[in-house]
Amino acid sequence: MSKIYETVIGLEVHVELATKTKIFCGCSTAFGAEPNTQTCPVCTGMPGSLPVLNKQVLEYAIAVGLATNCEITRYAKFDRKNYFYPDNPQNYQISQLYLPICRNGGVEIETKEGGRKTVGIHEIHMEEDAGKLIHDEWEDCSLVDYNRSGVPLIEIVSEPDMRSAEEVIAYLEKLRLIIQYLGASDCKLQEGSMRADVNLSVREVGAEEFGTRTEMKNLNSFKAISRAIAGETERQIDLIESGEKVIQETRRWDDTKGESYAMRSKEDAQDYRYFPDPDLVPIAVSDEMLEQIREKQPEFRTEKMKRYKEEFDIPDYDIEIITGDKHMADIFEAACAICGQPKKVSNWLMGETLRLMKEKETDASDLRFSPENLAKLIALTDSKAINGSVAKEVFEVMFEENVDPERYVEEKGLKTVNDEGALRKTIEEVIAGNPQSVEDYRNGKEKAIGFLVGQTMKAMKGKADPAMVNQVLREML
Amino acid sequence: MNIIEMTATELSAAIRAGKATAVEAAEAMLTRIEQQDKILNCYVTVDSEGALKQAKEVQAKIEAGELTGPLAGVPMAVKDNMCTEGVLTTCSSKILGNFVPTYTAEAVLQLKKAGAVILGKTNMDEFAMGSTTETSAYGVTRNPWNTDHVPGGSSGGSAAAVAAGECFYALGSDTGGSIRQPASYCGTVGMKPTYGTVSRYGLIAYGSSLDQIGPLSKDVADCATVLTAIASHDAKDSTSVERRDTDFTSALVEDVKGMRIGIPKDYFGAGLDEEVKEAVLKAARELEEKGAVVEHFDLSLVEYAIPAYYTIAAAEASSNLERFDGIKYGYRTEDYAGLHNMYKKSRSEGFGEEVKRRIMLGSFVLSSGYYDAYYLKALRVKALIKKVFDEAFAKYDVILGPVAPTTAPKLGESLSDPIKMYLGDIYTIAVNLAGLPGISIPCGKDKNRLPIGLQLIGDCFQEKKLIQTAYTYERSRGMFRLTKECTESIHTEQEGQCHEQNL
Repeated sequence: MSKIYETVIGLEVHVELATKTKIFCGCSTAFGAEPNTQTCPVCTGMPGSLPVLNKQVLEYAIAVGLATNCEITRYAKFDRKNYFYPDNPQNYQISQLYLPICRNGGVEIETKEGGRKTVGIHEIHMEEDAGKLIHDEWEDCSLVDYNRSGVPLIEIVSEPDMRSAEEVIAYLEKLRLIIQYLGASDCKLQEGSMRADVNLSVREVGAEEFGTRTEMKNLNSFKAISRAIAGETERQIDLIESGEKVIQETRRWDDTKGESYAMRSKEDAQDYRYFPDPDLVPIAVSDEMLEQIREKQPEFRTEKMKRYKEEFDIPDYDIEIITGDKHMADIFEAACAICGQPKKVSNWLMGETLRLMKEKETDASDLRFSPENLAKLIALTDSKAINGSVAKEVFEVMFEENVDPERYVEEKGLKTVNDEGALRKTIEEVIAGNPQSVEDYRNGKEKAIGFLVGQTMKAMKGKADPAMVNQVLREML
Repeated sequence: MNIIEMTATELSAAIRAGKATAVEAAEAMLTRIEQQDKILNCYVTVDSEGALKQAKEVQAKIEAGELTGPLAGVPMAVKDNMCTEGVLTTCSSKILGNFVPTYTAEAVLQLKKAGAVILGKTNMDEFAMGSTTETSAYGVTRNPWNTDHVPGGSSGGSAAAVAAGECFYALGSDTGGSIRQPASYCGTVGMKPTYGTVSRYGLIAYGSSLDQIGPLSKDVADCATVLTAIASHDAKDSTSVERRDTDFTSALVEDVKGMRIGIPKDYFGAGLDEEVKEAVLKAARELEEKGAVVEHFDLSLVEYAIPAYYTIAAAEASSNLERFDGIKYGYRTEDYAGLHNMYKKSRSEGFGEEVKRRIMLGSFVLSSGYYDAYYLKALRVKALIKKVFDEAFAKYDVILGPVAPTTAPKLGESLSDPIKMYLGDIYTIAVNLAGLPGISIPCGKDKNRLPIGLQLIGDCFQEKKLIQTAYTYERSRGMFRLTKECTESIHTEQEGQCHEQNL
C-alpha cells in the first residue's frame, strides 16, 4: 500500500544588488566589461588592502528586510567564511553568520486553493560575490575574471514553509516584486541576478519530524525550479519506498537531462571557520537611519493595485499585468500623467507590448520605449495624423529602439494624407484598374468595397485614413 | 656634526638651513648600508636608485619652499610588510619573494607627502611572527650593539637600522610588541600608537584587530614628529579613527609635575631579569624626582594576556594569510598535480616553520566545535583586560614597566623553544589587546652592553602624556646616541671575522 507524502521546501535566494559600485570598494559593478578591468587591490585580494562597506548595500538590505517584515539587527557584523578557491581572491568570503542584518520576517503568498499563507524568512544577510572562472580547454588552463568579485549580494533564507512548486514560485514572484519595486535589483533568474537554491525533503502527511533534506543548485528559471522540485520529490519518495535513505547532500540540477546528480555530501562538507571580520567595524543601525529608510520605502504592488482600481478605469486583469512589473507600472503611470488616457495606455501595454514581448522574448523590465514616446504615439492616433496600422508599425520600432514617434512619422513620411485631391486621384486610378470589383460593387456585392479600400490604402502606402477612403470611394462609385 | 650622528629633526633643520642636502644625507646612508649591512642585514631591499632620485626631487622642493616640514629630505626605512609601489615587498617570506605591489601603504604615502626619502625595506620576522627577526626567509638581522645577539622582532630590521645609523628613523608595525621590543633591544625609541591612529591600508595583515604601524627613532622628539606625520584618518580603513589633535610634537615638554604614574606589581614578578628590573625602577625614581607621583598597584590578569593574544592573533593570521596561494602573485611551486596539490605545495614550500605553526594554531581555534572554547573565550579575556586597564587609567596617567623580561638574547637561543619566546611578550601584548598606546625608551645597558628599554603605557588617545613623560625622562637621562659606539663594535667584529677567515 502506498503512503501519502508531502514535500517540504525552504529556499536560499541570492539577489545581486543594483548598486553602482561594489560592496567593499569603489569599483564599478557594470556588466559586460573586459575581464579584470573593474578591479582594484581590494577586490583582487592584494596584500594589505582593506574592505570598507558601501552604505547603499546596507540600506538596500534593510529596505528589503523592512518590506519582508523582518526585525532589523541594530548591531550587526560581517564574518569571514574561509575556503580556498581561485574565484575567491582572499580565499575567504566576507558574509554574515552570527549577526545577520535582518531576521524573523515573512511574506504572504496566495496558494493554489486561493487561500493565503505566510512563508517565514529566517534571515537576510549581506555578502560579496566571487569572481568568474573560465576554463580554457583548448589552452588547458583556467583564467579568472575578478570584475564580479565584490559585487554585493543579499541572501534571503526562508523557513521550510513551502509545500509545492506553485508555492515556491509564488514566493519567488513575491520577493522579485518587492525587491524590484525597491529598485534594489532587477531579480532576473536567467541572468543570475536572482539565484535560488532549493532545500527539499519529503515526509508522510501528518508526520511531525522533517525528513532528510537535499539542497538543489543551478536552477535558473521558474520552469527549471518546477521540474527540479517534481524530480527531487519523486527521487526521495522512491528511495524511501524502496527502503533506502535520503542522504543529506548538495545536488546539481541538469535541466536539459531533467535530472540531478550529487555534488557533495554532508560528510565532506567543509569547515568554513567563520569568525567576525576584524577589518570591518560592527554595523550600528541608528534610529535615524532606520526612519529614513522607512520613509523612503516605495508604494509596493498591493498598494499600487488598490490605487489603480480607484484612480484608473481599467480592468482588474490589466492592473494585475501592469503592476506585475515595476518598470511597466512606471511607464503606465508616466504615460497616463502626460496623455490622461489610462485606457489607451493600458491597451498599448496589454496588446502590442505583450505581443512583442512574447515574440521577441523580452522581460517587462527590459522595455525600452519611454512613457513620453508612448503618449506621443497616442496623441498622433488621436489626432488622426496616423492610422491604426501605421501606429502599430511605429510602435514596433519604438519597442526596439525607443524612437520619437513624431519625428519618425515625419522622417518616414507616414502621416495620413488628408489631401482629398490626392486621394481622389488615387481612387480614380484604383477604380480604373479594378473594373471587376467596381462591377461587383455596383451589382450589390458589399464585400467588394473592402478590396477597393485595401487597394487604395496600398497605393497610398498606408498613409490614408481608412474611414475617409471608404467614404470617398462610395461617393465616387 | 657628522650627518650620521644627527636625529631626523636635526638633519631636516640642517637641510633647511642649507648646511646639508637631502642628497648628501641619502648618500651617507647608502654608504653606511654598503659598509655595514652585509653583517647586520637590516634591509631586505635597498633602493639606492629610487632613494637618490627621491632625494633630488625633495631637495628641489625644499629649495623652492614647497616642502618646509621637519621630515623633509630625511632618509628613512620601511618595514617590509608595508606595500611600496614598484618596490619589492616580501614580509620576509619566500611566498612573497617576487611580490611588487601596485600601490603604496597609506602611512608611507603620508611620509612621502612630508618629504621622506625611502632608502629601502627592512628585515623582519616572517609575516611579523616572531620576536627575534630570526624567522625571516632572508637571513637573521644582528643586533648592532653586539652582533652575536638578536635585534628583537618582529620589526628587528627597522630597530637595528635606526640604532646602527643606516637610516634616521623607520616605520615598524606592532601586533604584540613588535615595535617596542626591538626598540628596547636596540636602544631606540619605538612607539605603538592607539589602535586606529595610523591607517592600516597597505600594511600586510598579521592580526588585523591588533596590528598598528608606528615609528622607531633615535629620540622622543623624532618619534613625536613621525607620529604627527603618519597619524591620519583614512576612509580606506574602516578601523581608522578620526582624531582631532594629532600634533604630537606639542607634547615635547619637560614637565611631569603631578603626572600620576602607576607601576604594576605584576610586571616585576618571576622571570624578570634583575638588571632590567633595576634600570626600570631607577627610571621611575628619576621621574619621581622630577615631580611625578609614582605608585605601585595590582593590574591583574597579566598571565591571561599571552594565551588570549596567541589565540586571537593566530586565528586572524590563519585567515589573513589564506590569500597567499600561488595563484595571483607570489611563490608558486614548480610541479603540481591539480589545484589542491598546487595550494598545498606552494604554501608548504612558501611559508616558514613559525608561520605554519601559527596558521595551524589559528585554524584549530576557529574550527567548528572549538570556536567557543578558544576564540570566543579569548575575545572575552580581551574585553576583561581592557576593563582592567580602564580601571587603572582612572587612577593613573601613565603605566610604567619593562618592555621585555630580558635584554636581547643570543642568536639561535629562542627558536628552539617557541613557548619561551611567546612568554617574552608578556609585558607588551596586553597593550595590543586593549588597543592602547605604548612607548619604549632606552633606560640603561646591562653588563653585556646591551640596551634595556623602559615601557610607558597610556590610555587610548593619550599619546601626548606618554610623549611628555618619555621626553622628560630622556632629558633627565642624558644622551643615548648609539651610532658611533655601535659602528665601532661592528668594525672590531669585522676585523675579528677577517682574522678567523685568514686562519
